[in-house]
Amino acid sequence: MAECHPVGFQWVTEAKARGARIIHVDPRFTRTSAVADRHIALRAGSDIVLLGALINYVLSNDLWFEEYVRAYTNAATLVSEDYRDAEDLNGLFSGYNPEDGTYDMTSWAYQAAGGDEKVGEPGEDAEGDVAEPEGLGQGGPALSHAEVARDETLQDPRCVFQVLKRHYARYTPEMVEKTCGISAEDFAYLAESVTQNSGRERTTAFAYAVGWTQHAQGAQFIRTAAILQLLLGNMGRPGGGIIALRGHATIQGSTDIPTLFNLLPGYLPMPEAGQHNTLSDYIGTIYSEGQKGFWANADAYTISLLKAWWGDAATEDNDFAFSYLPRLTGPHGTYQTVERMLRDEIDGYFLLGQNPAVGSANGKMQRMGMSHLKWLVVRDFSLIESATWWKDGPEIETGELRTEDIETEVFFLPAANHTEKAGSFTQTQRLVQWRHQAVTPPDDAQSELQFIYELGKRVRERLAGSQDWRDRPLLDLTWDYPTDEHGEPDAEAVLAEINGYYVSGEKQGQPLSSFTEMRPDGSTAGGCWIYTGIYADGVNQAARRKPGHQQDATAAEWAWAWPANRRLLYNRASADPQGKPWSERKKYVWWDAEQKRWTGKDVPDFPVDLAPDSRPDPEASGVEALAGDDPFIMQSDGKGWLFAPQGVVDGPLPTHYEPPESPLSNPLYGQQSNPSRVLFPREDNLLAASSSAPGAEVYPYVFTTYRLTEHHTAGGMSRFLPYLSELQPEMFCEVSPEFAEEVGLEPYGWATIISPRSAIEARVFITERMTSLTIGGRRVHQVGLPYHWGTGKEALVEGDAANDLLGLSLDPNVQIQGSKAAQCAVRPGRRPRGRQLLELVEDLRRQAGLTVETGNQRLTVPWTTTPQDHPSEEES
Amino acid sequence: MTSLTEDTRRSAEAYGESAASRKSFFTDTSICIGCKACEVACKEWNRNPQDGSLEVLGSSYDNTGGLGANTWRHVAFVEQNSQRIEEARESGRKLVNLGMPGVGPPQSSGPAADGAKSSTAPPDTAEFRWLMSSDVCKHCTHAGCLDVCPTGALFRTEYGTVKVQEDICNGCGTCVAGCPFGVIERRDEGIIRAKVDRAQSKYAQEIPNEGTANKCTFCYDRLVDGQTPACAQTCPTTSIKFGDHEDMVDQARRRVAELREQGMTEARLYGANPNDGVGGTGSVFLLLDEPEVYGLPPDPRVATKDLPRMYKRTALAAVGMIAAVGASFALGGRR
Repeated sequence: MAECHPVGFQWVTEAKARGARIIHVDPRFTRTSAVADRHIALRAGSDIVLLGALINYVLSNDLWFEEYVRAYTNAATLVSEDYRDAEDLNGLFSGYNPEDGTYDMTSWAYQAAGGDEKVGEPGEDAEGDVAEPEGLGQGGPALSHAEVARDETLQDPRCVFQVLKRHYARYTPEMVEKTCGISAEDFAYLAESVTQNSGRERTTAFAYAVGWTQHAQGAQFIRTAAILQLLLGNMGRPGGGIIALRGHATIQGSTDIPTLFNLLPGYLPMPEAGQHNTLSDYIGTIYSEGQKGFWANADAYTISLLKAWWGDAATEDNDFAFSYLPRLTGPHGTYQTVERMLRDEIDGYFLLGQNPAVGSANGKMQRMGMSHLKWLVVRDFSLIESATWWKDGPEIETGELRTEDIETEVFFLPAANHTEKAGSFTQTQRLVQWRHQAVTPPDDAQSELQFIYELGKRVRERLAGSQDWRDRPLLDLTWDYPTDEHGEPDAEAVLAEINGYYVSGEKQGQPLSSFTEMRPDGSTAGGCWIYTGIYADGVNQAARRKPGHQQDATAAEWAWAWPANRRLLYNRASADPQGKPWSERKKYVWWDAEQKRWTGKDVPDFPVDLAPDSRPDPEASGVEALAGDDPFIMQSDGKGWLFAPQGVVDGPLPTHYEPPESPLSNPLYGQQSNPSRVLFPREDNLLAASSSAPGAEVYPYVFTTYRLTEHHTAGGMSRFLPYLSELQPEMFCEVSPEFAEEVGLEPYGWATIISPRSAIEARVFITERMTSLTIGGRRVHQVGLPYHWGTGKEALVEGDAANDLLGLSLDPNVQIQGSKAAQCAVRPGRRPRGRQLLELVEDLRRQAGLTVETGNQRLTVPWTTTPQDHPSEEES
Repeated sequence: MTSLTEDTRRSAEAYGESAASRKSFFTDTSICIGCKACEVACKEWNRNPQDGSLEVLGSSYDNTGGLGANTWRHVAFVEQNSQRIEEARESGRKLVNLGMPGVGPPQSSGPAADGAKSSTAPPDTAEFRWLMSSDVCKHCTHAGCLDVCPTGALFRTEYGTVKVQEDICNGCGTCVAGCPFGVIERRDEGIIRAKVDRAQSKYAQEIPNEGTANKCTFCYDRLVDGQTPACAQTCPTTSIKFGDHEDMVDQARRRVAELREQGMTEARLYGANPNDGVGGTGSVFLLLDEPEVYGLPPDPRVATKDLPRMYKRTALAAVGMIAAVGASFALGGRR
């Protein structure tokens, strides 16, 4: 965190000064480790074993927060009889489809109250529904109803609590030692620290960044931490939670109002072709009658969005222009799009502040993909490598591309930076902070807002008068913003539209003050329901800057947090089931019995007058179906999910799989890697063999990629600046002294790192900050590679790109690539140039006997639905 | 002690009503995260040219090397094993026994977590540690650079800091030798042109104040507007603190006591002793090892420290010589 989020680290420094213990778990010793109480090195990609072992430690030593877990989680809920755990099926769950690697989640369902029926997804057919990775919004998938069977004693073998216990029983300190390389002593320190610091009086927080997400099962890493935090009662309480540290400014904002292919603003899912032909088809998959919580109003959120986009053209008669929305025909992620480029199926590509030639995995595929485009628009501050690969990229040097043969037309448009335009940044706490323009952009540089607005205007001018139905969505858009003398649209006008307003009625034209005012009848409009209130009373609430010392610790008058300026989500859980604070020390939101209202230091995340002992009418649904002790109001049963009956496509419980390229066999299951990962079995994406498979010895070392404080992602904002470039001028690798001796590397000399995709060179930092680990009786060496450098002549400093080494295997939930654990070979000295580089890479591939099948086979155990023999199966 | 050319009291008096309290830095290296934001903010604010050859220096994560004409804040990175940590702890323990100033019970332990009394047992020695420390001009109580400057370009500001007037400096370089810390340096061709070809490209920067002596100005131009110096302003963890000299020294003493209370006997202060060879510094540091480890001189002495004594002796010798010569004439006259 100090390494990549130094500004945010000030709060960790402050916490430490107040007595907090800081533990840093990371393969490398970073600037965070330098000031932490302890650094614990682990093998890259083994985190679920560590976190699973913490879960097991909590359960087997009875250290879970009993009252919290019983009341606020689904621990007591029964799971269907048809459910088979990874423990039963050697690493697979019931419902696996070996044909396409997806799961049918039917058997993971809760059991319905008073019968054998399952609680399924709404509208599913008799065969159940196949997991659709791109089909879900955020906040938990829909359940058909919330009448679930429960065993309040937590003893039924089919209740979630017992399922969880069995699932993690083999995740022991010994397993941690032989899988992660973490000593029993370090594990005990971590486990004791976390558990002793959790409970009524104290809370523990986990902070993570892409070290957890960028894996072929990244979403499951975070799920594991979520289970642990629920068991310890650390969710919805001050000082607790799981803090996602974002990749750069307003990454949170760009998922709230998304740049993602599968989401609409406010975590509404993008409709799918064939499945969501009408608005009611679509709404029906987000929620259903009988389920609990605020997603039940998804129709109001969706229709308000459609009204914001298409105004008067969105009417009840035309389903509020629902048909204007694009439909998904599959996963349209970055990497699938690049594949399509290589098949010449994509004509043009916009790169707005992104440098995939350096920053995306398997850089060669990215650059080769771009060479198949007809046109490419790059908007950035400088001529980044993604704008110049056609003249000075690595493929020009090797001869794989010749400038004169490339037909792509490349447009470079200068972009305004954050001081040159107004707008907002949303950070990880969901705090939206307004940014005022300080200076006007130089020369031709423009803001994204102006560029997109202008582009839209010009496209609409071209289409004016068109009778073609497919042009209607563009022509009917509300596309009219006030601009200043430079043509810059007023960003606050956009904010007001996002906030929403009354379209008709008494208050016509007035801003909405809360998303609860949104109606599904077309009388309200709003661009992102969770942001409603940010422009309440016509005031830009995000621009509030009352200093911290003039208000209490919640600092509710600094900027604005979604939803409803709430600083801590699910904060109903900060009080006990009766509505009293768990402790004076951790008092946050509580029930005021006299006023009959929830009150406290924050905006309560709960229906404000719903008494703790209130029980819903069994027939009720939506918000009315919430009981007074259902704090997780966005979940369809109001509970925190230890077990996910739906929505996580690669398993209801996080399970350790080895990375697609790994030095060892999965010590827990016969199934080696995530069987649902997204594969790219292609000649330009060969994977190394793992463990004891033939050829694995050719790429014997683990490598992991990461960032440095001094640079920003792919370097577009740092390698062109002298003050930052001089601080870290050259690409380097970090290795342990033991490894350096084994390979013959000299301090600050050169090394060549070779993967099945490419070979790069780097200066050698030999340092005790990298530790070689003993895992399963053998030494595992890890090579650390910052990924900031790229090949090109425009930047002040250049170097080989670490991402060129990475192969593609994606997390099936979120389509993110694994960048944190892969296999390589290392040789002393600089890499060969030109053709010889390709020959070197090819040589090693041949030695290892790699084919497109290597590492790309989903199953390493035969698929069967009958329980498998297992090393140790005794259940407590 | 007094220095020959500057009487600090008279320097302060010279400002009359516009004299301000002496301003200082306290750099607490125990919470430095090595982000180098201070280096960058300093260069941005002061428009200093980029340093170095844009090549890896071979010194952990440090690639700017040290303080100089262009780099006025510099972050050192020191990697140490457990043996070296033990040694640092031991050498720090000896300092206590020598009655180092500022060591004693903490006057305030801050808002420590309730129920969590800080342990007095020394923490386990880690197998490894990575020290980071942001160095800066010391703004000495007795400043060698100022003492030896023949043109008066270096002066004591109303904030008690030491600054070069670049329009008066003639670039003679006498101050360079006069600084016991090796901080001040002349910005000239020898330093700025020795770069790889790329630096001559469109990224080449305009070089202000070429040929004159340059060093930290304590952001004089910010102080006069009531602003915090750029480095302290940008430091995310408050490792660099800025304020009145007495407050800074006081905070430093409390912090070192707090760390020692926790068993970190390696913690010690640098520059807080008014009886040292430069009369104490305006930049006080809390270090976790001996000063040499961070590239700081262990016992800095202002070059002019002995001048009065030398002049006295020279005068004595001269008087003696005159007397001897006179005597010889007198004696000769008798002959």
